Amino acid sequence: MKEEVKLMKGNEALAHAAIRYGCDGYFGYPITPQSEVLETLMEEMPWETTGMVVLQAESEVAAINMVYGGAACGKTVFTSSSSPGVSLMQEGVSYIAASELPVLLINVMRGGPGLGTIHPSQADYFQATKGGGHGDYHLITLAPSTVQEMCDFVGLGWDLAFKYRTPAIILADGIVGQMMEKVILPPQRPRRTDEEIKKLCPWAITGKTSDRKKNIVTSLELDTAIMEDNNERFQRTYRKIEKAEKRYEAIGTDNCDFLIVAFGSMARICQKSIELAAKAGVKIGLIRPITLWPFPSEAVAEAAKNCKGVLVVELNAGQMIEDVRLAINDSNMPIEHYGRLGGIVPNPDEVFEALNNQLINK
Amino acid sequence: MELNDIIKPENRVYQKPRLLNDNHMHYCPGCSHGVVHKIIAELIEEMGLEDKAIGIAPVGCAVFAYNYIDIDWIEAAHGRAPAIATAVKRLQPTKMVFTYQGDGDLAAIGTCETIHAANRGENIVIIFINNGIYGMTGGQMAPTTLLGMKTATTPYGRRVDLNGYPLRISELVAAVDGSCYVTRQSVHTPAAVRKAKSAIKKAFENSMAGKGTSLVEIVSTCNSGWKKSPADSNKWMVENMFAKYPMGDLKNV
Repeated sequence: MKEEVKLMKGNEALAHAAIRYGCDGYFGYPITPQSEVLETLMEEMPWETTGMVVLQAESEVAAINMVYGGAACGKTVFTSSSSPGVSLMQEGVSYIAASELPVLLINVMRGGPGLGTIHPSQADYFQATKGGGHGDYHLITLAPSTVQEMCDFVGLGWDLAFKYRTPAIILADGIVGQMMEKVILPPQRPRRTDEEIKKLCPWAITGKTSDRKKNIVTSLELDTAIMEDNNERFQRTYRKIEKAEKRYEAIGTDNCDFLIVAFGSMARICQKSIELAAKAGVKIGLIRPITLWPFPSEAVAEAAKNCKGVLVVELNAGQMIEDVRLAINDSNMPIEHYGRLGGIVPNPDEVFEALNNQLINK
Repeated sequence: MELNDIIKPENRVYQKPRLLNDNHMHYCPGCSHGVVHKIIAELIEEMGLEDKAIGIAPVGCAVFAYNYIDIDWIEAAHGRAPAIATAVKRLQPTKMVFTYQGDGDLAAIGTCETIHAANRGENIVIIFINNGIYGMTGGQMAPTTLLGMKTATTPYGRRVDLNGYPLRISELVAAVDGSCYVTRQSVHTPAAVRKAKSAIKKAFENSMAGKGTSLVEIVSTCNSGWKKSPADSNKWMVENMFAKYPMGDLKNV
C-alpha cells in the first residue's frame, strides 16, 4: 500500500494507521464512541495481508492482558477503548508499565464518572497523566486534535513506547474519534521479522534457545532492595522522557494579552474564539500541549510570562489546570478555568464569553 | 565396589529433569506443586519443546513457577493467564503455550478468561491445580472448597447458604465447543503421577497440533492449608475430594 489521501473518521484512521505501521496485533472490546477501531480492523482483514492478528476479547480486562502478553513477546500490539473500559484496564496498564513493555493504548474519552454518557469529554486527563492504576508510573500521553494526528500518533506512540520500553497512550476525545477529515495515510511498512524482534527486544518471550538464558516477564519482586532499584530505574526513564519528549503547538503567543491553554478538539474550538477576540482587538495566544505527560511546562510558563492572565479550557471540571498552575508557579497570575461537563461541547462564542467574563473585563 | 562405580550413566534409572533447576522451591513439604513442576519439566525435555514452550505463571502459590523451570515465562495478573496465553499463541502459533493456575486464580477471579479462551478454542494448555483452598494468602475458601470444609474464611465449615456450592469448573470447560481435551488427574501415588504425565503430554501435543483448548485438572493436596500431615492429606483427598472431583477424562475429542 502506498501513501493515500482519504476522508475518514478519527477512529478509522487509528485502525488504518496501525495496519500500515506494521502492527502485529490488536485486542479490543466494543464501547462507544470508539468501536469503529475494531470494526474497521475486522473489515480490513489485515490477517490476510500483513498477517496482523485482530481479536475481539471477552472484556477490556482480557483485552489489556492480551496486549500485555503480546508485548511481552516483543510484538507491536495495541488496544483501544473509551473511559469506562479504560478504567477496567488500569490493573493491566500498571503491570505493563512495571514490566517495562512497549504498548500503545488508546482512550477515546466519553463523559463520566460512572457509566456517564457516550458524548465527548476530556475528563480522563488525571487518569492518563498521573498514573491511573496502582504504583508509581507514567504513560507517555499524546493528545491528538485532528484526524491526521490520530493517524500520526499511532506511529509516534509505538516509536516512543519501544524507544523507552514504556506504555504510551493516545488520549483522544469523542469528537476527534467521531469527526471526519482529510487524512494522509502513510505507506505500508512491513511487520518486524522474528529475527528483528530478537535483536530489538532481547528480553522478549520468544522461546528459550540454547544461545541465551531464559527470559521472564514479571513485575513481581519480593526483595525490597531490588524492588526499590526497579522503581528507581522506572523513574530514571521518566526523567529521560521529560527531558526529551515534550511536545506542544504554540499559536500567536508572542506579545499576547492573554493565553489559552487547551488540548485535543477543545484547542481547535479555542482557535476560533481567538479569532473572535482578535476582531474585538484582544490578542490571545494558544498553547496546545501535544504531550500531556510529559507536560510542556517550560513552554506554558514562557508563553504566560508577559500575559495578563491565562484561561485553561477543558471538557472537564478542571484537570490540566493543575499542571498549568504548577508550570507558571506565580500566585499573582490569574489562572482561570472554563469547562463544560457531561458531554457538552462549548462553541467558540461561549469560550470568548468566558474569556471576557473571567479575564478581559475583570 | 565404590559408590562411583555404581553411579554410572548406564546404571542410572532416574534423574532430575535438566530443565528443573536447583533453586530452592518455596512450596511446603508434601505439596503437589513440586511433582507437577517436575512432570512439566520432564515432558518439555522429552518432547524437545525447550525452545517452543512458553509458560504463563499465575498469582497464587505457583507465582514463582518461573524460578524453577528453565523456559521462557510470563507472570500474569491474578486470573488473567488464559488471556495472556491467547495472545502469545496467536502471535507465535508455532510455540507450545501453557498456563499454570490454581483454583482461586482459574475458578474464581479468572473464570471469565478461562471459559472464553476455551470457548474460542485457543490452542493452549491449562494446567489447573485444584486443592480446594487459597494456599498463598493463608488458607481461605476457594470456589472449589468442599461443603463443610474449614478454612480461614469458613472457620465453621463451608455452608451452602453462606458460600454456595463447590464449583466443578472442568465440567464447565468440557461443555464449551472449543475445548478438545479435559481431564482430571492427581499426583498422590506413583501410578497417578504416570497417568497425570500422559495426560499433560497429550495436552501439549494438542497445543502443537492446533486441536483446541486442553485442560488438565490436578486434584492436589494443601497440607498446610488443610492443617494435616502430607500422608493424612493424601488420605483425606482420596476420601473427600475425589468424591466431588472424580478422576478421569471429561472430554477427549
